[in-house]
Amino acid sequence: MSTKIKLTIPCDEANHVCDKTQYKEASLWEMIKLNIHLIYCRACRKYTKNNTSLTNKLKESQVACLDKDCKEAMKKDFDKALIEHK
Amino acid sequence: MPNHQINPNKWIDLYSDYLFNYTISRVSDREIAQDLVQDTFLAGLKSMKNFKGEASERTWLISILKRKIIDHYRKTNSKKGKAEVRINYNDSESEGDWLEERVADPFDKTAEDTLQNAELGEAIHNCLEKLPKKQADVFKMKTILGHETEAICNELNITASNLWVIIHRARTAMADCLKENWF
Repeated sequence: MSTKIKLTIPCDEANHVCDKTQYKEASLWEMIKLNIHLIYCRACRKYTKNNTSLTNKLKESQVACLDKDCKEAMKKDFDKALIEHK
Repeated sequence: MPNHQINPNKWIDLYSDYLFNYTISRVSDREIAQDLVQDTFLAGLKSMKNFKGEASERTWLISILKRKIIDHYRKTNSKKGKAEVRINYNDSESEGDWLEERVADPFDKTAEDTLQNAELGEAIHNCLEKLPKKQADVFKMKTILGHETEAICNELNITASNLWVIIHRARTAMADCLKENWF
């Protein structure tokens, strides 16, 4: 039985694959299984829809933030100023 | 009247991303934006006594940042030459060429689009601030900075499945938070 190909996946796995898809890290087979799951599962369809539009919004907004090194450098300079200030 | 406290020790952790995003949508150069944010923190530190506690810290810092951005544009403008008049189309051969220059660039974004993107970016940061710190950090590294899963796991010392659980929670929360206004 264990050699039988599984076509259905539970919801938590479907959501996990959906998250991975947002970062283009899901494999083709995983995506096929996700889509089969989406055919019959309304809750996951909703989650996938929201998740995809979140990704699109993030792309659209070109939101930016500082990476860790920048922040560290900033903190160093700022701490110096803090000490001088006191 | 709510009296807000000021505590510069936490400024960089709490507000640097928000201020940076605010700046970059207005100056569109990472390095300049970073300098302006840094200047803002230093200026804020200097004029801490003037903080009356009527607005939140973030609003107060943004108001300083706005002045800094204006100053930045003033400075770059004063470096430019004085107004110059160019006459390009003075011979009869190139007559009418100016028409071509007036055609809208289809790939150019309208001012409204840019404005909307800036607002959306600010909304995203507002939602990010509501997340628990760890979720927000992981989400930023993965989604906005685009780091590899493995790199994040190594840096934060978590397993991959742990990371995906955090990402899942963060994405659900972010989608809920943005849903009301943006979806």
